[in-house]
Amino acid sequence: MDLSSYRPLLTRFQSFIALLILCIALSLLSNKFLTIENGWNVLRQISVNVCISVGMTLVVLTAGIDLSVGSILAFSGAVAAGLLKNGIAWPAHDLFIGFTLLGTIVAALVVGAALGFFNGWMITRFKVPPFVATLAMLTIARGLTMLWTRGYPISSLGAKFDYIGTGWLLGIPVLVWISAVTVILAVILVRKTPLGRYIYAIGGNEQAARLSGIHINRVKIIVYSIGGILAAVGGIMVTSRLDSAQPNAGTNYELDSIAAVVIGGTSLSGGRGTIMGTVLGAIIIGVLNNGLVLLNVSPFWQQVIKGLVILLSVIVDKMNSKEA
Amino acid sequence: MLVAEKIGKRFTGVIALHDVSMQLRPGRVTAIIGENGAGKSTLMKILSGVYAEYEGRILLGGREVRFANPKEAQEKGISIIHQELNLIPDLSITENIFLGRELTDRWGLLNKKAMRERTAALLRRLKLNVPPDTLIRALKVGQQQVVEIAKALLLESQVIIMDEPTSAISEAEVEILYDIIEQLRAEGKIIAYISHKLDELFRIADDFVVLRDGRVTETGTMKTVDHDAIVRKMVGRDIAALEHHRTQADAAEELLSVTALDWQAGNKQLLKNITFSLRRGEVLGIFGLMGAGRTELLECILGLHPGEHTGDIRLEGQRLDLRSPRDAIRAGLVLVPEDRKKDGLIPGLDVKTNISLSILRSIGRNGLLNSKAEVTLAEHYKNSLRIKTPNLEQQVRHLSGGNQQKVILARCLATDPKVLMLDEPTRGIDVNTKNEIYKLILELAKSSLGIIVVSSELPEILTVSDRILVLCEGKISGVFPRATANEDDILKAAIPKTI
Repeated sequence: MDLSSYRPLLTRFQSFIALLILCIALSLLSNKFLTIENGWNVLRQISVNVCISVGMTLVVLTAGIDLSVGSILAFSGAVAAGLLKNGIAWPAHDLFIGFTLLGTIVAALVVGAALGFFNGWMITRFKVPPFVATLAMLTIARGLTMLWTRGYPISSLGAKFDYIGTGWLLGIPVLVWISAVTVILAVILVRKTPLGRYIYAIGGNEQAARLSGIHINRVKIIVYSIGGILAAVGGIMVTSRLDSAQPNAGTNYELDSIAAVVIGGTSLSGGRGTIMGTVLGAIIIGVLNNGLVLLNVSPFWQQVIKGLVILLSVIVDKMNSKEA
Repeated sequence: MLVAEKIGKRFTGVIALHDVSMQLRPGRVTAIIGENGAGKSTLMKILSGVYAEYEGRILLGGREVRFANPKEAQEKGISIIHQELNLIPDLSITENIFLGRELTDRWGLLNKKAMRERTAALLRRLKLNVPPDTLIRALKVGQQQVVEIAKALLLESQVIIMDEPTSAISEAEVEILYDIIEQLRAEGKIIAYISHKLDELFRIADDFVVLRDGRVTETGTMKTVDHDAIVRKMVGRDIAALEHHRTQADAAEELLSVTALDWQAGNKQLLKNITFSLRRGEVLGIFGLMGAGRTELLECILGLHPGEHTGDIRLEGQRLDLRSPRDAIRAGLVLVPEDRKKDGLIPGLDVKTNISLSILRSIGRNGLLNSKAEVTLAEHYKNSLRIKTPNLEQQVRHLSGGNQQKVILARCLATDPKVLMLDEPTRGIDVNTKNEIYKLILELAKSSLGIIVVSSELPEILTVSDRILVLCEGKISGVFPRATANEDDILKAAIPKTI
């Protein structure tokens, strides 16, 4: 099935064309924009948002939303940093568990998966609307982060761990590798597996999907768990890049991620959208941020401009779908 | 008089209406007849202001009118009652009727008393005996229909267009609707009436306009034509009557048995002591009025309400304990739901994807999708069910109702079921496709499937069933073998004794 056949050829590439125009304009306005160094810079900066937004796309395709990704990112990053640095100590029982690098990463991913699972469980078992369930998780996970870190950053995590956020592999930053692999796996999931098909079916018409024998609750729980795992991946990336787990890391990341999904043409009512669209959306936001910084535009204006771009992209999308 | 002159309308690449001219006269009911896709809905949407762009002109009372939107059409006196009701469930009858034209007092605040009184008067006139403050949610579909009519009356509409008004209401409610139409006719209103049910048109309509492929092929008065002539004009040829000659079902083994099924929801007894069985190769028709428990029965069998009902359901002697439609499909039970838009289709996905949805895992390889097998599967059903679609990548929302129904049927058949349940299989489908679906049902029964057809249309039940089960207020009120079944007895069994 060609999911991109949702839109005729020209409109399919509209985000791509927009990105192209943006890049041409910026390279004319600033001679620092079109350099290899700046290119890697942009890709490194957006890599975290790409990972989170891929998860967000899956959630939005089921007609859901996940507001908790920023907090899950912070908590799993903090868990990774804390375990790596201090392990788990239980002096009363004279117990100490140390963690290897791999162990901390796995632990962080498990934490992300568990919180995502909890979101999915609330949404399916107790019929809590996704907006509310994940809004609750937004504060819960943020609170857990504060408890875990006692409100202080956990820093100096060692060269090995920092390699994830700052190292290069085969001439490409490790951060970019991670987001590229995430995107490829997600594209395969969406286009080549039954689960991917079920995600579209549920977003398109949940009741029809149920009567077709699809296990709605299971699919939703998996999707929110994936969202949590990818937020944890983002948490590891952020922590490693800064060599520090900040208690307030990831604040407002859910908004950037929803913006990428929306600019990428995914419908918030579910059932329509693509992973690659979201990736383009994330790149557009990244390029815009980068360009505005290079042009010395005030950060306050940057926010205004970003908001207007979101509106514009949705308006163009609506106009196209009316014509079709 | 409402006159349409040379109305034309094209959508990208398709001509929906071509040179359509007709006259609707006051005090008469004009039937607008045609197959799905003939252009009826498009024409009505132009008349009621939904489509503002069209060729030709519309004259109302001799003056040309052109509406930018439905509200303008209403103000000029044309109201449409849509097939899908346009009411807001959580607002009251009064609030719905006055929506967008609320009465206010001199302070600009809502004049609730005046609105309530006028609503009450309208409801009395339409013989709907409920308080004006009742929420739409609490009304039956038939009653909601009456509220739509009340809305049109409030507007003092000269022209009232009814699009399939009886498709969702029970026979008893249809009678009330007919009374209302009589009354409107006597008041000199212009009434356009769209329906697939020809018997209905012969009863209620004075004039007719036949549309085929976006053109008017014939106009006249109902008195001058008969049933077959109308069908010929619609389809452009004769439809062979369906032959139903099968007797072997009696001897076949029992496939599905339901024993003492009870379902109590709150203080409402939805199903009471339902016991019946279905044989291999048998078509069991289930008839009942609105609220008789038809859909509820199918839902229980399908495992949609696990743990809420008691009783014993067995398939091939094995007791079933289904927790979800997924379990049901695995066991070999599958349902073609009543409301295909709401429960059947994934409108934005293509034909192929809609067909393969239920069996993706079993035709997949190594946990991945197998698009070749999907194409083969969809191609197979496209041919065997004669699904008319330009290609398999077409989004199902663009197909006609009949073809959408076939897509859902294909999805169900792909699961290789033992029992196929169809809830109102031909609702809103034109005569021609209807007959095709009946033929399919009978063919499928020959292949030793057990089939249950639930319908509120008697002719349909009588056409396809080997045996007819009548439900009334959640109980089985009659069982008729095909040989002795007739409309009168079935209706008598279906109508509650105490009202």
